[in-house]
Amino acid sequence: MRTSFGERLLDLAVSGFLWGFRILIVLVVVLGTFLTIRAGKYTGEQWIDFVVFGISQGSIYALIALGYTMVYGILRMINFAHGEIFMSGAFGGYFIATWLTVSGFMDKYPALGFVIAILSGMLVSTLIALLVERIAYRPLRGAPRLVPLISAIGASFFLQYTFRGFFGPGVYAYPSITALDGEWMFFGVGVLKVQIIVAIAAFVMMGILYSIVMFTKIGKAMRAVSEDKDVAALMGIDVNRIIVSTFALGAAMAGAAGVLYALTYRQINFFTGFTPGIKAFTAAVLGGIGNIPGAMVGGLVLGIVESVGPALFLDSLGIPRPYQLKDAIAYIMLVMILLFRPSGILGERVSKKA
Amino acid sequence: MMIKKENLIWTAIRTGLLGGAIAIFLCLIGMVEVFSKRDVIEHVITLGDFILFAAAVSSGVIAARATSDPDQQKQPFKNLIAGALAGITTGILIAAFIELGLKVNLRVVFLSASPSLFNLLTSKGGVWIYPAIGIAAGILGAVLFLLPEKFRQPITRAIFITFLMALFSGLFRVVMINQSGAIANLAKYLFGQTGLTLIGATIFFVAVVAISMFWSARSTNIQAGYSRIPKRGQTTIRIVVFVLLAFVALALPQVSGPFIAQVIVIVSLYALMGLGLNITLGFAGLLDLGFVAFFAVGAYTVGLLTSYGAFGLQHISFWVAMPIAVLVSMMFGAFLGLPVLGVRGDYLAIATLGFGEIVRLLAGSDFLAPFLGGPQGIIGIQKPCLGILGPFLKVDVPRVCNGIEFGGPKEIYYLAVASAIVIAFIALRLQGSRLGRAWMAIREDEDVAEALGINLIQTKLLAYMLGAAFAGLGGAIFTVLVGSIFATSMQLIVSINVVSLIIVGGMGSIPGVIVGAIALIGLPELLREVSEYRFLFYGAALIMMMLSKPEGLWPSQATLRELHHDDADIKPESASPKSLKAKG
Amino acid sequence: MTKRLFAILSVLVLASMLIAACGSKAPAAATYTCTDALGCVTIGPSDPVHIAYWGVLSGADSSLGEDSKRGVEIAIDDMGGKFQNHSILLTTEDALCTPEGGATAATKLATDTSIVGLIGSSCSDETVGGIATLTKAGLTTISPSNTRPVLTSPDRGPDYAGYLRTAHSDAFQGKAVAEFAYNYLKVTKAATLHDGSTYAQALQQVFADEFKKLGGTIVAQEAVAKDATDMKPVLTTIAAAGPEFLYYPVFVAVGGFVTAQVRDVAGLENVKLAGSDGIFTADLLKAGGPNTKGMYLSSPDFSAFTGDYAGFIAKHKAKYGGSTLSTFHAHAYDATNILFAALTKVAVVEADGTIYVPRQALRDAIYATKDFKGITGNLTCSQYGDCGAPVIAVYEIMNSDPASWNPSDATNPNPKKIWP
Repeated sequence: MRTSFGERLLDLAVSGFLWGFRILIVLVVVLGTFLTIRAGKYTGEQWIDFVVFGISQGSIYALIALGYTMVYGILRMINFAHGEIFMSGAFGGYFIATWLTVSGFMDKYPALGFVIAILSGMLVSTLIALLVERIAYRPLRGAPRLVPLISAIGASFFLQYTFRGFFGPGVYAYPSITALDGEWMFFGVGVLKVQIIVAIAAFVMMGILYSIVMFTKIGKAMRAVSEDKDVAALMGIDVNRIIVSTFALGAAMAGAAGVLYALTYRQINFFTGFTPGIKAFTAAVLGGIGNIPGAMVGGLVLGIVESVGPALFLDSLGIPRPYQLKDAIAYIMLVMILLFRPSGILGERVSKKA
Repeated sequence: MMIKKENLIWTAIRTGLLGGAIAIFLCLIGMVEVFSKRDVIEHVITLGDFILFAAAVSSGVIAARATSDPDQQKQPFKNLIAGALAGITTGILIAAFIELGLKVNLRVVFLSASPSLFNLLTSKGGVWIYPAIGIAAGILGAVLFLLPEKFRQPITRAIFITFLMALFSGLFRVVMINQSGAIANLAKYLFGQTGLTLIGATIFFVAVVAISMFWSARSTNIQAGYSRIPKRGQTTIRIVVFVLLAFVALALPQVSGPFIAQVIVIVSLYALMGLGLNITLGFAGLLDLGFVAFFAVGAYTVGLLTSYGAFGLQHISFWVAMPIAVLVSMMFGAFLGLPVLGVRGDYLAIATLGFGEIVRLLAGSDFLAPFLGGPQGIIGIQKPCLGILGPFLKVDVPRVCNGIEFGGPKEIYYLAVASAIVIAFIALRLQGSRLGRAWMAIREDEDVAEALGINLIQTKLLAYMLGAAFAGLGGAIFTVLVGSIFATSMQLIVSINVVSLIIVGGMGSIPGVIVGAIALIGLPELLREVSEYRFLFYGAALIMMMLSKPEGLWPSQATLRELHHDDADIKPESASPKSLKAKG
Repeated sequence: MTKRLFAILSVLVLASMLIAACGSKAPAAATYTCTDALGCVTIGPSDPVHIAYWGVLSGADSSLGEDSKRGVEIAIDDMGGKFQNHSILLTTEDALCTPEGGATAATKLATDTSIVGLIGSSCSDETVGGIATLTKAGLTTISPSNTRPVLTSPDRGPDYAGYLRTAHSDAFQGKAVAEFAYNYLKVTKAATLHDGSTYAQALQQVFADEFKKLGGTIVAQEAVAKDATDMKPVLTTIAAAGPEFLYYPVFVAVGGFVTAQVRDVAGLENVKLAGSDGIFTADLLKAGGPNTKGMYLSSPDFSAFTGDYAGFIAKHKAKYGGSTLSTFHAHAYDATNILFAALTKVAVVEADGTIYVPRQALRDAIYATKDFKGITGNLTCSQYGDCGAPVIAVYEIMNSDPASWNPSDATNPNPKKIWP
């Protein structure tokens, strides 16, 4: 009798704490927003700017998150090296982009040059991903979950420092592409050209991926394998080939994201992939792991919250230097979502472990 | 079955191409050039030459192995041809690369393909010496493969140990030179400034071969002799060995100097964190990637309580602050564990990662700077004092210690190692306790455990809290080692390192944690000279460990069973290795 | 047969080791007995004079450490690579620009009893982590590039007894930038941005305090994390406050991103940009792109160097090709020369070539440096270790092409000194 009373007390304390936590966060958010709007520090145009920055950043997160989510959906594996795949795409596109700009090709045919740069980034990242899959992941397919995780961590370090060895620790600056400079006006609000183009390119890639997964035969096979590997094998699907294709597709998306990232922020170095990798994984979980539209939604939400959050929530509460805490906002949001909806915004979709 | 001639040639060439690709890779990441500044044997062969040579020899070995049929008798001639072919392919590939590099400016893309690299590569006798050396290396590789086990093992071991001696020669040299005359002279005899002396290398090689062969010839005799001694005698021998080890452990920092003592301190602190995470992840299966947060809490608590700087709150002695830090970390463990009690699996990983980052961001932020020091951190942390501590005078003036002050790594060594031993003991007791079994039940299957009457909330919280407590202790000792604390020390990479080390050491196994800490933290610290490529090796080592020995270096019995290791002692129980789920 | 072979081999091995160990006994005892409080370094007749450089030699900020190391190497070359007929051995220790890195490097250096003196560290964080160990081991270090004010302040504590520097303190640099902004550019509303590093946070605070003292207003003080890439939100917040001058004394990573993105933010199209020696490197032009043109950077004033700076630059070009990497090479050169000048004063040289260096005497001699004619000026070391001749200048970037970076060029310097 006594134990169960103690247990009930503990249960009560825990629920109380959790509810208190949720209420506290909601309170901070609401109060902060209210005070910010009241203080009127930012104009409407600036709020739109914040949102656009967020969408631009978020679409890059979304592209990277797609790779995480697809691999997780099939293999139940966190591909820790995915951030480095993203970085390799950025480097892959760098040399082509520089060469095109220097030779004047980029000025004459900006659209074509842009596409070529992205394709070269995708090529490099896919090759590297396939190499990593062959060496570090395939032999460990049946192993307990943590073993491929450590192998992925090892691959991540290895790739980072290989690139450091190839290209040095300094930063590489993407060339300035004149076609991407400047602004476009939307309803009287100036929006940077490069951000619009990056966002559009990202959406196009996501659309292509979605159509591949939904409407092609190989996409159907991917969905089947992601649903239940053994039954798919029984149906005659070459599971190994599908897994490799999934890796390749995810890597291609990440490579494209790398080039787009580099065109937006201009600086890349061997460590560039680490933080976006973690953020993208957060985005994938946020949207529901294994769920492709979820990854897209998660990425966009993450990008927007990071961009708008500090100004909206924290600034007016008197917190100095709110942008130092922007990652903290993102992570707290993740925990909140996991508390309210444990399988992410759009729900998870992972393979059944037979 | 005869191996077809074409297969032989093709396999050998393919292996040679792989070896050549690896050699070129090593050149392009700059390793060959950097390593050339370091000798394996002074004035004879540099580290850079060594790795290229090793690439060729390895391709010889692999080619020989690939072309030999296990059923048939070894066919030395064929293997030698294969080895030679592989070696020469590697050599040709390297030569081709050098030719290309001399004609085309590869530096535009690859920073390390600099003129100095190619100068270095061609300084040995031109480009075409490489295929020649390649043949020799390949044949050597094949010969190594063909040797009977009796000779091969001692020789490979000798090569390996001599190589290790060369890598650590700087360390040994400095330590031994600080001792008295005879040992210092010995050091100069064996170890040169940048590597082994020729004589030193020969001595090590011969010594290891001799000892290996002696041991393999005599070991059964010795072991039989040992088991013949009466039980009492065996226990006495064990006690003597134990006392000797204890003596070595106690005297080590005085003999080896502060640097090695510091490395051991850092290894012990990581081992402490590993023991903590071993409870959370190893026993209870909760994948916590934000473990560094608890380390940070322990460190900051001690810092705030004992600092004589501007942020010190109470200026109390370390011995009082330490238990408080452990308690505060425990509370934090509960605090951070509560919101994620219901979160499972990989979601837990990212959520805890988030917590780790939140703690780091808050600690270094300007927001909490008035309390925690912000980017400037907390400096002026009082060292522990075994004696009477003088009173706090004023800000930024250290208090005087009337007694033994644990000022540097040599003294903190004792604190750290003692703590590690005590905590290992506690962890061992926990493992066998009812709580420990409850944790393992949760790890295997949460729902079943709950159905069996285990209170999930309580058990999980205790796992977080105890793990956090151990990590907090580690943080407390770290703070007094460095004497200051900055939020930049609390990076995500520390959490990742702790996870890696317990899995490489053997998850759920307490000796495994210690071994993992030595391997993943101690070795890179000792090899600081090649620090640029430290993480490259670290990553490669992680991958290779998982490919070859996923159960870890010193696995627990449970893990061995689950990964159905092909060991005669372990009875393979079930065919499907699925149970080692680390769920939330 | 094999047994006997082993027996012979083992005897041979053991014998050779014994002979080596007990063999070479040193000849008759020396005539000098060491009475120094901290002990002496004994340099045998054929041993080199061992000095060590510790600083940041890997990672993103390695150009800072590499740049100073070159100053040390050129100083050694100028001495002919020899001191009292012993060759000079320079070893390096990487301190990673973090306090733990500094602590580990210091521990490793403290173990090596053959080291006479040290030049370093590069980053102030490294010194904070490592100086206690070095002081206790009797070593003395002269830093060419630490700028944190507290390291040579009167209340720095006894741990810093072995620490001096030839670099300026940021207390001067922040003040100089404030004066530049207020008096020369005539701006009254300024904003600052730091990247969470101790260096940037301290420096921008000095600037803010001095600017306010002169009569200006600080409209915004913001910060980002070191690994942040998207600066536009924080720049929008800064824009909302309406500054005329933006000072971000950060390192290249954040500095590059901010410069590249600042003109894209509404409200900041015309704001004047300024940074400090953390981004006084060609890497900023690479990372920041065309926006770097017209940006202001503060740094030690190269033209105020009273010594032969042009000669130094010529030697640098001959030895390494290309222009200098960062701003403290001349300070490192001076630090090395100060060390050896003190060494010349206190070293005891025996007839057979053995050198004894009493540690405390060496430390005292370095502190007693007075009117030392270095490149960076006439240097006198204060009792708190401040040997610098702090003259800060502000430079303007004239050309955003990284290949045109050459601050010491006579005809077309880029960046070009414009104040004072």
